[in-house]
Amino acid sequence: MLEVVELECMRGDRRLISGLSFALQQGELMHLHGHNGSGKTTLMRTICGLIQQSDGEILWNGENSRKLGEEFTGSLTYIGHKNGIKDDLNGLENLQLNCRLAGMPVDRERAWEVLEGMGLRGHEDLPVRVLSQGQKRRVTLARLLLSKAPLWILDEPFTALDMAAVDFLQSVISRHVEQGGMVILTTHQEVSLTRGQVRQLRLGWKEDGNV
Amino acid sequence: MFDAFRTIMVRDLVLAMRRKSDVFSTLFFFVIVVSLFPLGIGPEMNTLRLIAPGVVWVAALLASMLALERLFAADHDDGTLEQMLLAPQPLFILVLGKVAAHWLATGLPLVLMAPLLGLQYDLSTDALRILLYSLLLGTPALSLIGAIGAALTIGLRGGGVLVSLLVLPLCIPILIFGAGAVEANISGLGERGHLFMMGALLVMSLLLAPLATAAALRVSAE
Repeated sequence: MLEVVELECMRGDRRLISGLSFALQQGELMHLHGHNGSGKTTLMRTICGLIQQSDGEILWNGENSRKLGEEFTGSLTYIGHKNGIKDDLNGLENLQLNCRLAGMPVDRERAWEVLEGMGLRGHEDLPVRVLSQGQKRRVTLARLLLSKAPLWILDEPFTALDMAAVDFLQSVISRHVEQGGMVILTTHQEVSLTRGQVRQLRLGWKEDGNV
Repeated sequence: MFDAFRTIMVRDLVLAMRRKSDVFSTLFFFVIVVSLFPLGIGPEMNTLRLIAPGVVWVAALLASMLALERLFAADHDDGTLEQMLLAPQPLFILVLGKVAAHWLATGLPLVLMAPLLGLQYDLSTDALRILLYSLLLGTPALSLIGAIGAALTIGLRGGGVLVSLLVLPLCIPILIFGAGAVEANISGLGERGHLFMMGALLVMSLLLAPLATAAALRVSAE
């Protein structure tokens, strides 16, 4: 279970988020809302531990996520604005590499299968440099199909994807949630995933920047 | 843990092989700088022999600065650094893997080239051998210390110059003992003391630099 207690985040001199508390249970999907610049990405990166919060705590199963260190980062998969793939490597190498770094090595056949599942048939062994934006995004998101981490933090995962890929990704996310996973998601696109039984968190809705 | 080290090292070596220009630009920079001195000073053997260790070492120092800038910047740009920071592996191991690959790709060719360039300066075989040893001990330490500077300057404009300004002062001991070892050999004083000192510097930077680099990465990745 992920708990955020009285979180405060500063960017420069601006207080982006203050006094934010919520808890995310197993099998819950949380959709982060907010206008541009309201601190969605900052919040996500803070939860991951990429940004240090100025106050408050992030608890993972009741323990401070910072103190847990690798135990916490091992149980989360973060996909941000940047794809996190190497342009000079091909899709297969990128996927295998990312999985190995995440401590979940996959063999070639399985990785190949997953990339085909992501609709990259015939492009697996091309350097990612020559792929389109959407295809690069698909290579990045292929990690989710292999991820055993319970917590997924997805920052605008649907950007650059076509309709088919969006639908496929939605089914992957909802399957993860059904299996007891946790997802925190931002998107500006209208997707059916966020219309059902999901937690909604609005950032920057009031003037003071609170929830 | 060792697997993480190897994964990153192999990845960076593969990337270096696919983008050879970075590797070769460092090596050619070194070759050209070292070769310019005999051309500029003229074929006065005694003078050349005198300046050889210093020139080769300063050139090696500058060449290794040249390659440092891209060490973490490329990973920062494409987001792989984020994933490294979030990987359930000790960050200093990943840093060590990156530095090892960086040295193999840019430091080692330079070390192997140095004796050949030393011939232009009329160095004796013995002195050439010591030059090789001193570079072999010194260049990994340069890569390790340089990584701290590279990690501190990611995401900054004009990072390249800043890296040099940060790192070069820290490299002075290595320069002194590296060039000193060859000079001591030429003058017949014996190079052992210098080489032992360089070994000590290498061990110290091996222990401390990856930790400092990891801390610097966490700060500058925000």
